[in-house]
Amino acid sequence: MDGSIYKRLNRKIILITLIVSLAPLLILGEVIYYQFTRVYEEKIEDQIRHMARAQTNAVEVFLKERTTILSTIVDTHSFDYMQNQENLSHLFKVISMRVDGLVDLGIIDSAGQHLSYAGPYDLLGLNYYQQPWFSKVMDRGEYISDVYMGYRQMPHFIIAVRGRDNSRTWVLRATIDSDVFNKLVRTAQTGRSGDAFIINKDGIYQTASRFHGTALGKSNLDARLFGNETMIIEKQKIDGKTKSYAGAWLKNNEWLLVIGQEMGEERGGLLTTRNMEIIIISLGCLVIIITTILTTRITVRRLEEANNHINEINAQLMQSDKLAALGKMATGIAHEINNPLAIISEKAGWMRDLLADEKFQESENLKEYTVSIDKIEDHVERARKVTHNMLGFARRMEPHLDDVDVNDVLDQSLELLQNYARLSNIEIKKDLYPHFPIIASDQSQLQQVFLNLLNNAIDAIGKDGVIEIKTWLDDSQIAVSIKDNGPGIPPEYQRKVFDPFFTTKATGKGTGLGLSISFSIIEKMGGTISFTSKESEGTTFTIRLPVVIPERK
Amino acid sequence: MENFRVLIVDDEIDFLETIVNRLKKRDFKAAGVTSGEEAIELVQEQSFDVIILDIKMPGGMDGIEALREIRKIQPLAQVILLTGHAAVETSIEGLKLGAFDYLLKPIKFEELLKKMMAAYEKKSEHDRKIRDAKIQELIRDPLKIFDKDD
Repeated sequence: MDGSIYKRLNRKIILITLIVSLAPLLILGEVIYYQFTRVYEEKIEDQIRHMARAQTNAVEVFLKERTTILSTIVDTHSFDYMQNQENLSHLFKVISMRVDGLVDLGIIDSAGQHLSYAGPYDLLGLNYYQQPWFSKVMDRGEYISDVYMGYRQMPHFIIAVRGRDNSRTWVLRATIDSDVFNKLVRTAQTGRSGDAFIINKDGIYQTASRFHGTALGKSNLDARLFGNETMIIEKQKIDGKTKSYAGAWLKNNEWLLVIGQEMGEERGGLLTTRNMEIIIISLGCLVIIITTILTTRITVRRLEEANNHINEINAQLMQSDKLAALGKMATGIAHEINNPLAIISEKAGWMRDLLADEKFQESENLKEYTVSIDKIEDHVERARKVTHNMLGFARRMEPHLDDVDVNDVLDQSLELLQNYARLSNIEIKKDLYPHFPIIASDQSQLQQVFLNLLNNAIDAIGKDGVIEIKTWLDDSQIAVSIKDNGPGIPPEYQRKVFDPFFTTKATGKGTGLGLSISFSIIEKMGGTISFTSKESEGTTFTIRLPVVIPERK
Repeated sequence: MENFRVLIVDDEIDFLETIVNRLKKRDFKAAGVTSGEEAIELVQEQSFDVIILDIKMPGGMDGIEALREIRKIQPLAQVILLTGHAAVETSIEGLKLGAFDYLLKPIKFEELLKKMMAAYEKKSEHDRKIRDAKIQELIRDPLKIFDKDD
C-alpha cells in the first residue's frame, strides 16, 4: 500500500485536531484579553472623566472666588475711593495677602480710560475702550476673558467687574497670574503621560498642554466634539498608542478643561496580565501540538501496521481461496481431458499394433506412419504430465508427519540439483543455522518445495551466478531464504507469481504449478512463503515454518 | 495368452473398444462392457482373471459399487481400478475393498500390460494354492468330490 496515504492521513488528522483544539483556545484568549482591556479602559476612562469633573470644579471655584472678591470690592467701595492710586495699591496688597493668583488691579472709567493701577506693569493711561472684553463687562457686569496677549505682550487673562456709583459706571479689572492658574490646572496631571489643560471653544490653548502646545497655541482637539456632559474622546497617536481625552466645560461653556491620558502607560498591569496570558496559551498550544503530533503519529502507525497485517492475511486468504477454486476446476478439467487423452493414446497404440501387419510393412509410407504415431504418443505423454501435475496440485492429502531436520532436507534437495547447477556454472553458498529443532512435518513435500525454489533460482540465473541459501531462527519460526542474482521478477508479474498455471518459462518447460503447489504445501504446514524481487538484482524467496515439536512415540 | 480372460468396464466406448481390440490382438480373451450393471451380469455368467474397472462412470452404478458386487461374485478375480480423476481417497477405498491396484488415465499400454500380468500372476498363485488345498483335502477325504462345488 502506498505510504503517502498514511502521510496524508497523518497530516489531515493533525491539522483537524489542531484547528479544533487551538481555535477555541486562541479565541478564548483573545476574548478574555479583549474583555479585560475593555474593563481596564473603562476604568481609566471613568478615572479621567472623574478627574476632569473634579478639576473643573476646582477651576470654577478658583475663578468664582476671585470674581466674588472683585464684586465685593466694587459693591463696597466708591469710585472716588478706588480711583485713588494709593487706595488701590493698599487694597491690592490686602487682597494679595488673602488670595494668590492676582497680578494686578486697575480701575477703568466708562470711557475705557485706565485711571488707577496697582501692579508690576506700566499700564496707566491706556485706553481699553476698543478691547473686546471692555464692552462685554460693561454689558454683563462681570466678565472673565479668554487668554490674550494684550498690551503687555504675554498671554494672560483678566477678570473684570462693573461698578455703579451715583450713575457713574466703572470697571475693576484684575489680571490672573498665569503661573498660578496653570499650576492649578496642572495638578490634574498624573503619571508620565497625563495631561491637563484648558482650551476655548475655538480650540485655542488657554493653559499650556504638557506635550502639545503653549497658551494661545492652536490645539489639535476639536472642542465641538465634547458634548455638554463630561465626555471621552479618543485620539490615535502616530506610534500606535491611544490617547484618551475627557473634557468638561466651565466658565459658562466657554472653556473646556481637558484631561488626557495615554492608555498604554496606564495599562502596565494589563500588559503583565496579557504577557502572562500569552505565555500560558503558548505553552498550552505547544503541549497540544506536541501531543497531537505524537499521538497521531502513533495512531497512524498502528493503523498502518494493522492494515498491512490485514492486507497480508487477505492476500493469503485470497491466494488460498483462489487455489481452492482452481483446484476444483483443475480436477474437473483434468478428468475431462484425461479420458479423451486415454482414447487418443489407445487409438494410436492400436494403429501401431496394426502397422505390425504384413501388408502395412510393405507400404512406402510406413516410416511416416510410425513417426506420426510416435509423435502422437509423445504429445499425449506431454499432456498427461500436465494433467497429472494439475491433479497433484489439486490433491488434498493428509500431510504425512515425519521428524524433519530442515537443514537436512535442504542439503538433500541441493544434492539432487548440484550437477545441474555446476553445469550452468552457478555457485551455491550456504549459511545454515546449526541448532534447528527437529520438527514434525512432511519431508517429501518440504523437499518438493525446496526443489521447486532451487530449480526456479537456477532457471532464473540461466548461466553464471550465485544462489545464497540461508536458514535462521526468526521469532521462534524456522526461516529459510533462497536468493538468486538472476534478472528479478518484473513488477507486473509479481502479483501473479503464486497463481496456478502462471509461468514465464517457454511452452512445455514449466506448467506454472510449482510455486502454487509450494504455496499450498507451506500453507498447509502452517507456514508462510513470500518473496522480494528487484529487477536486475535478483529474487529472494523466504519460507517461515512453525516449530512443531514431534510427539513422542 | 488364450487362457487370460480380461473384462474391461469403461463408459467411454472408443476407449473400451480400442483396448479390447489391442488385447485381443495380443491373444487375450478380452471382453468389454460400458456399465457396472452389465459387468455384474457378465461376471455372473463367466469367470475372469483380471477385471479393469473405471472408477468414475456417469449415471447408474459407480466403480466402487461395481467392485463391491464383483468381489462378492468372483472373489478371486483381480481388479485393476482405472480413473481419469485423482480421487486418491476413492482409489484407497477401492484398494481396501480388495482391488489389486489403480492406474491413472491416460495409461501407457505397456504399463497396463505389466499390471495385468502381475495381477494374473497373483490370481494364478491363488488358484494354484486353492487347487493344492483341494487336492490335499480330496486325498484325505475322497468322498468330498461329490460335494456340491461352487
